[in-house]
Amino acid sequence: MTQSPDFDLECLDISKNFGAFRAVKDVSFNIPSGSFFSILGPSGCGKTTLMRMIAGFEEPTGGDIRIKGRSVLGTPPNRRNVKMVFQHLALFPMMNVYENIAYGLRCNGVSGDHIKRKVHDVLERIALPDVAEREIHQLSGGQKQRIAIARCMVLDPDVLLLDEPLGALDLKLREAMKIELKLLQHQFNTTFVYITHDQSEALVMSDNVAIMNQGEFEQIGTPQELYHHPNTAFVAGFVGDSNRWSGTVKASDGSGGKVETAQGLSMSFNSSGKAAIQEGAKVDIFVRPEFIKTIRAAEADRQGSDGDNTMDGVVDSLLFNGANSRVLVRTGSGELVESDITITGDNDLKPGEDVRLVWSSKQAMCFAHQEHT
Amino acid sequence: MLAKNKTTPFLFGYRLYVLAFFLFLAAPLISAGAFAFNDSLFPALPWQGFTLDWFFGDTEPKLGMFHDRRLLQGLYYSFVIAIFVSILSVFVGTTNAFLFIRGEFPGKNFFYILMVIPLVIPGVILGISILVLASDTANYVEKNLDLELEFLRPGILLVVLGQFSFIATITSLVITARLKKFDATMEEAAFNLGATRARVLRTITLPFLRPAMIAAGIVAFLVSFENFNTTLFLVGSEAPLTITMYDRMAKVGSTPVLNAVSFFLMVGSGLLALLSIAVQRDKQA
Amino acid sequence: MQNKDIKRLSLILLFAPFTLWIALLILLPHIGMVLLSFREKVAPRVYEYSFANYLEFVNEPIYWNTLLRTGTMSLLVTALALLIGFPIAYYIAKIAGPRSRGGLFLLCLIPLWVSDLIRAFGWILLLRETGVISSFLLWTGLISTPIEFLYNDVAVIIGLVYTVILFMIVPLVSTLDGMDNSMIEAGYNLGGNGFTVLRRIIIPYAMPGIVAGCIVTFMLTAGSYLTPILLGGKNSSWFTEQIYNQFITRFNWEGGAAFGMLLLIFTSFVIWLGLKLSGQTLANTVAKS
Repeated sequence: MTQSPDFDLECLDISKNFGAFRAVKDVSFNIPSGSFFSILGPSGCGKTTLMRMIAGFEEPTGGDIRIKGRSVLGTPPNRRNVKMVFQHLALFPMMNVYENIAYGLRCNGVSGDHIKRKVHDVLERIALPDVAEREIHQLSGGQKQRIAIARCMVLDPDVLLLDEPLGALDLKLREAMKIELKLLQHQFNTTFVYITHDQSEALVMSDNVAIMNQGEFEQIGTPQELYHHPNTAFVAGFVGDSNRWSGTVKASDGSGGKVETAQGLSMSFNSSGKAAIQEGAKVDIFVRPEFIKTIRAAEADRQGSDGDNTMDGVVDSLLFNGANSRVLVRTGSGELVESDITITGDNDLKPGEDVRLVWSSKQAMCFAHQEHT
Repeated sequence: MLAKNKTTPFLFGYRLYVLAFFLFLAAPLISAGAFAFNDSLFPALPWQGFTLDWFFGDTEPKLGMFHDRRLLQGLYYSFVIAIFVSILSVFVGTTNAFLFIRGEFPGKNFFYILMVIPLVIPGVILGISILVLASDTANYVEKNLDLELEFLRPGILLVVLGQFSFIATITSLVITARLKKFDATMEEAAFNLGATRARVLRTITLPFLRPAMIAAGIVAFLVSFENFNTTLFLVGSEAPLTITMYDRMAKVGSTPVLNAVSFFLMVGSGLLALLSIAVQRDKQA
Repeated sequence: MQNKDIKRLSLILLFAPFTLWIALLILLPHIGMVLLSFREKVAPRVYEYSFANYLEFVNEPIYWNTLLRTGTMSLLVTALALLIGFPIAYYIAKIAGPRSRGGLFLLCLIPLWVSDLIRAFGWILLLRETGVISSFLLWTGLISTPIEFLYNDVAVIIGLVYTVILFMIVPLVSTLDGMDNSMIEAGYNLGGNGFTVLRRIIIPYAMPGIVAGCIVTFMLTAGSYLTPILLGGKNSSWFTEQIYNQFITRFNWEGGAAFGMLLLIFTSFVIWLGLKLSGQTLANTVAKS
């Protein structure tokens, strides 16, 4: 618990109760200066409450929040140097762009000339130098987004909080804004804390992501760590797509072994969770679609298989989506397995063909079974 | 829509009905206004030619409204009363809006109904009940403390209070409706940007409410200006315009100068009503 | 904790104007009026509590006849206003193009900005013996001697419908406006004809607006004073006139207060009955319009 100036934001055992309901349960994390940190979780997981506590709109029930090493408990929201971009942006419709950006500076008693320079400066930096005199309703969705960020950044905050600000945009614009946000963060070199339920937003933009579920952090890590080495079944299921089987461990050496699924299939795995998997334990196994190879049954017999897990089935349907195309295979026990394939338009799989699914035990992530996930 | 499924004659008849209705709406107003320009001593046909004497004439029998001392005085009192009523009603309407939208307290629904009730109490009853209370209080004070509380006797104050008693409901409903549409995160955003509570109220919330407050004020002004039933019982020697006009009608009978006043009021109210619509229209529209 | 204190303080501050207004201008005056209505003057400056004022009302047929007459006429006016106003509201909300809609709605509101007195004055100029309609008919030769259209019940009803119909149309337009057009289309699509769609879909949907309009209309009519007096003449027999007579002409405040209470109780009862019969509440009708 040493205070380190390397962290812009530290949360120590933060919790929040609403009556008997525990919205946030003893969450701890710290965010290195100048990084892009996302909190990813399903709606109702407590991420908004957590952010409102950081901004000062809610008082935590327990724990401490430190900004640049100094506790901000008891500091009202208007004195915290944490600025926030709201879900629906909350730009002030009765003011024009200039007045919106100048608002915070005015509140701080900055002189007129200085305000003018800073506002134009920040407009330059977000590449909208000519919109100062526009009314808010004259801006496009993406421009509003940038103005909302500029309105906060002009105050040089220690931390910028963003509460799902892309949610209201259409898909194309959202994709573009993801990249833009990342660039803006680099440019301002300020710590961004980004709240979202959209995993692709979190994975694309963030240096680090925290996965939140039912008021707790399940795992904090880089996007790649979370994707390839999830610590819990929830993270494995929530981040990215995966095929999932439940089963019982038949043989285990602690870090790997064999499982028999509820459908009676046998497959081998490597343990992914922190805890060792014992024989006889109930487990969940996750396999990502891109690690499953689909081979025509006839070719499979000829080639033999290089993966240590195989499963035979019949092609049920093809889901064409360009580079992200998938095949749905119905296995002998009746379940559907998703697997990535490349559809070339020439000699592709067809529904009804017999196929073999092959994957390596290294790609089979196994977790002790939890009742409520 | 109904129209698509009906034959054209039906729609034609329907349109005709709508047209007839608007003629019905306009007829008395036109007749009240038009005779102001008739060069005759009586507001009746036949048309004797155009004149502005009923506005600007300065000699009997065609004494125009702008030279009629009693009417001008009535206009002045109406104006004073309406100004006070609007200010009071908008103030209370605004606090009520905050009370019912932001406040959390037991029995909120009950209090909300209490707020609406003055609108459905007949104006005559509001007038007499306030008259009774004020007079009883004044009598009591006079008898027991030997103090003459002149302001509790019929007069401007009682008229203002009487009109305010139900106009406050109207302004409350108008301003509440606007505050309901307010996005509360806007206040949080302002807070977050470093504003104090008072500053948030001054720079964010009140500017958002301003169109509704102005519109409510105009409505209050107009309703006060035209009120008769409540005013009738509370009026003292300073009679507002509607009372003066009524007296004139009862004592002298209808004269074209009343048409002139009517025309003047219609134009004035119409302009104010247009103004209130203009301010309520959002910038986006 | 400091936050909580501020909240409580602001709640109290917000409650203050509301309480002053409702308590001093609505509740106390009405309590005072109830007390006054139970007072009887037994000798100069000597009063007793009794039902005398109410007994006088019961024993004098002219009084309760006037109240009943006021009530039935008001119901008639309300019904007429609904019948005349509903098609207009429907036209404005559903049939008129988006452009003319706002204009028509404003036209409906124009008489609202003109005082009762001027409206009644306008009708007098139209309807009286030397008025516009009579003169016009004389000119066309349809009649040979001037006709007095004023000072009868029809004139009173016309004037009252005119005065209150806006308060019927406005809530109707706002409820019908909120109704999804596809609901009506679905009604037709499922095989309904014009009448069943009106009865099964449009009217039930518009019910809160209808009830709100009827309440306000009825209250305004029963409590109106100018229109019946001016258009009905000296014998219009409107109950508010009785109240005025007791108060101002006869200076019998006790009797006037009792009459006021009776009018209030009577109209409240009718509204309560109307709400019960239509299954609506005050909060979701009048408060919304």
